[in-house]
Amino acid sequence: MDIARTEVTKARGAPEAAAGAARRKGAALRGALLALPVVFFALFFAYPVAAIVARGLHVDGVWRLEQVGEVLGDSGIRHVLWFTFWQALASTALTLLIALPGAYVFARFDFRGKQILRAVVTVPFVLPTVVVGTAFLALVGRGGLLDELWGVRLDTTVWAILLAHVFFNYAVVVRTVGGLWAQLDPRQEEAARVLGASRFAAWRQVTLPALAPAVGAAALMVFLFTFTSFGVVQILGGPTFATLEVEIYRQTSEIFDLGTAAVLTIVQFVAVGAILAVHAGTVRRRESALRLVAPETTARRPRGRGQWALLGGVLVSIAVLLVLPLAVLVQRSFGTPGGAGLGYYKALTRDDSGIFLVAPIAAIGNSLQYAVVATGIAVAVGSLAAVALTRRDAGWLVRGFDALLMLPLGVSAVTVGFGFLIALDEPPLDLRSSWILVPLAQALVGVPFVVRTMLPVLRAVDGRLREAAAVLGASPWRVWREVDLPIVRRALLVAAGFAFAVSLGEFGATVFIARPDNPTLPVAVARLLGRPGDLNYGQAMALSTILMVVCAVALLVLERLRTDRTGEF
Amino acid sequence: MSITRQVTAVAVGLGLVTLAACGSSDDGTSSGSSKTVTLVSHDSWAVSKGVLAAFEKQSGYTVKVLKDGDAGQAVNKAILTKDNPQGDVFFGVDNTLLSRALDNGLFQSYEAKGADAILPAYRTDEDKHRVTPIDTGDICVNYDKAWFSEHKLTPPESFDDLIKPAYKDLLVTENASTSSPGLGFLLGSAAKYGDDGWAGYWTKLKANGVKVVDGWEQAYNEEFSGSAGGKKAKADRPLVVSYASSPPAEVIFADPKPATAPTGVATGTCFRQVEYAGLLSNAGNSEGGKALLDFLVGKTFQEDMPLNMFVYPVREGAKVPAEFTEFGPQAKDPETMDPAKIAEHRDQWVKSWTSLVLK
Repeated sequence: MDIARTEVTKARGAPEAAAGAARRKGAALRGALLALPVVFFALFFAYPVAAIVARGLHVDGVWRLEQVGEVLGDSGIRHVLWFTFWQALASTALTLLIALPGAYVFARFDFRGKQILRAVVTVPFVLPTVVVGTAFLALVGRGGLLDELWGVRLDTTVWAILLAHVFFNYAVVVRTVGGLWAQLDPRQEEAARVLGASRFAAWRQVTLPALAPAVGAAALMVFLFTFTSFGVVQILGGPTFATLEVEIYRQTSEIFDLGTAAVLTIVQFVAVGAILAVHAGTVRRRESALRLVAPETTARRPRGRGQWALLGGVLVSIAVLLVLPLAVLVQRSFGTPGGAGLGYYKALTRDDSGIFLVAPIAAIGNSLQYAVVATGIAVAVGSLAAVALTRRDAGWLVRGFDALLMLPLGVSAVTVGFGFLIALDEPPLDLRSSWILVPLAQALVGVPFVVRTMLPVLRAVDGRLREAAAVLGASPWRVWREVDLPIVRRALLVAAGFAFAVSLGEFGATVFIARPDNPTLPVAVARLLGRPGDLNYGQAMALSTILMVVCAVALLVLERLRTDRTGEF
Repeated sequence: MSITRQVTAVAVGLGLVTLAACGSSDDGTSSGSSKTVTLVSHDSWAVSKGVLAAFEKQSGYTVKVLKDGDAGQAVNKAILTKDNPQGDVFFGVDNTLLSRALDNGLFQSYEAKGADAILPAYRTDEDKHRVTPIDTGDICVNYDKAWFSEHKLTPPESFDDLIKPAYKDLLVTENASTSSPGLGFLLGSAAKYGDDGWAGYWTKLKANGVKVVDGWEQAYNEEFSGSAGGKKAKADRPLVVSYASSPPAEVIFADPKPATAPTGVATGTCFRQVEYAGLLSNAGNSEGGKALLDFLVGKTFQEDMPLNMFVYPVREGAKVPAEFTEFGPQAKDPETMDPAKIAEHRDQWVKSWTSLVLK
């Protein structure tokens, strides 16, 4: 596109020819930068998904597109679609309602243990649902806290699903909205008040407009995650509630009706595509110039009864909704029949169960290894994409690719997994039984996080700095090393850390491809839960606790590194 | 602007290093020597190390195992990849899914050496020998012994008992469309009450407060008061659809081991599952596959199997471990159903069951 345009300019005068050459060089460079991300995305996402969808709709050499009408005409399917939509809407509203005060508190207040708490609220987001769904039941289910206090049981009601969605997505709001909020200069609001505006008016006219796009972006991300919710709905919803994602799983994995699954995959694809398109729009608006200040300067200790009450309220909601389910997990991991003890942890080192061919404890090493490789891939692919997307002359095609890279977050793992099986089955790409498949699948989920973390920081680097350095005689490598790297290094580490944590917790795709001799932590937990017996259950809880601690430590290290908070996650 | 090129160089380098790393350390490739034989199975596959090692030593083959999801998923994946299979032998298709595998041409003919020692009741497809029965297990209602003695109530014994008022609101079962014990229990009721009677039975069961959850894990670990998880979750259902081998498992996987199983089996509620293995069509190493099938029906493996996978051997005279006979007596007269009949009705039954029980 850009290249065609430069062809025309070539014939003109010398300065224009130089500009044209520069632009052409820019386009070529962007092409080079995007090559790896495009190949990665095409090979490990688009191709497998297209293959499995085609397998469902293309039967005996004939395209059976009339299936689309048949499936969508089915009242059961329409019910699923309707439930998927409204529960996502309700989950998003509830998450915003509960998490926005949290975002404010994290942004504006300084209090002891804030960093640890910020890591803690993010732990649920990177934990596999198979682990916490079980613990969450202990909160809202029979004999749970609500039951004991007020005799309220929410298991197999839609409330359990909604609350669990708040649990999982709280961090999305706190990080996206709170991150920006912390950097808004409070003096702007103060100035409005000095000029006579009421407190509410000042907030509405100064802070809200600045914040609105971030709230919109967070809401859309939560909507995306809850729209495609799988484990939560399966574990807490019982057989009567099914989202589109659950139905795709059922049709593919149990009923083996690939045609119906293909139609549903396309429907989900279209819906997720629409969400992402709107999201891309809000993100762009959000990047409109805001005067940002360092977050350390905006937070202070709460003052007055109202602020302390707000802080207290937020802490209580975090304690009840987020910390308690995690605590239940820990408590169960120590609750051996002979009283509290380390029995289940000790049992993890034995390899005589026959389930894995290795001791369950080995899953920790496997998980860490996979996560390291997945992080390497995600950072390589994601940072290249982010650098290409930073360039201001990026066309809509490139911006579209930004949204495209998010798609794996919204496409069902079973579709990707089955796609891998039938698409990547011939040399040189017969990866079906190769261990690299696990980190590849995990990286697919990690890339969007890398891109979203890197992009705002890269965009904030002043191009004039690079030009100045170049004018002063620095080589391109030196410019990168001395200008970009110091600014980007932290973002790169943060992105890597997040990709690492997400890879550790990834379950959906991993469970499809993990081999028995090297299960990951979430897979090992799921397999232990799949067997009767006290020891299996206890070991599952102990492994879950270990996973939780590893994730929390990774996130805590991130908190120490993180300075710029405009990133989305 | 060529700073960005540097980024490319670094990142591409990283990528190449990663890919190279995979290449060099990838040990088990599928396009390997004929000395490797690959077994594709479901997540429940398990074997004692020594037993497998002995087979490897004696046959000269290295066995690679690929666990490919739960039972249904593993079968579906095998069918999807049948033109270019992931392995040589598939183990773990049961009588409820057998027809799906056979109709799709998943297996090729091979009569395993030693197949004549398999109990006649489990043999099937005897003219073509596409599958070999390997193990059997019963899906039965389990009960929480402590709960029943505390409430001074006799545990139920039969399908008929479950609809009695005394057992109202006590049973939890699994979704027949997503769970294999759930489907087994439905098929058991269909075998017991016939094509016309099973729906009426479920209407009564529903009126008697049966609870349906999606999978075995939820039913057993969260809802059933007799399991380790259920005790912690203060579960309140003392009856669950599980396996006849679950009570011995409750003993074996306990530390310290109790003198007696905390749970029991309602022996009149059982449906018998048989699991088969077969040589995959287009298997890369069919000689190795045949040797592996011979091994699976051999006495050593058959006797090793119960404590690893919690199933019973199908081989005549194969010893069953003492824990099994002591803590979980096998059902005397379980319901059974011809795979052909299951194939014919399964989808329709599950559909009717879903609208009858879940809606």
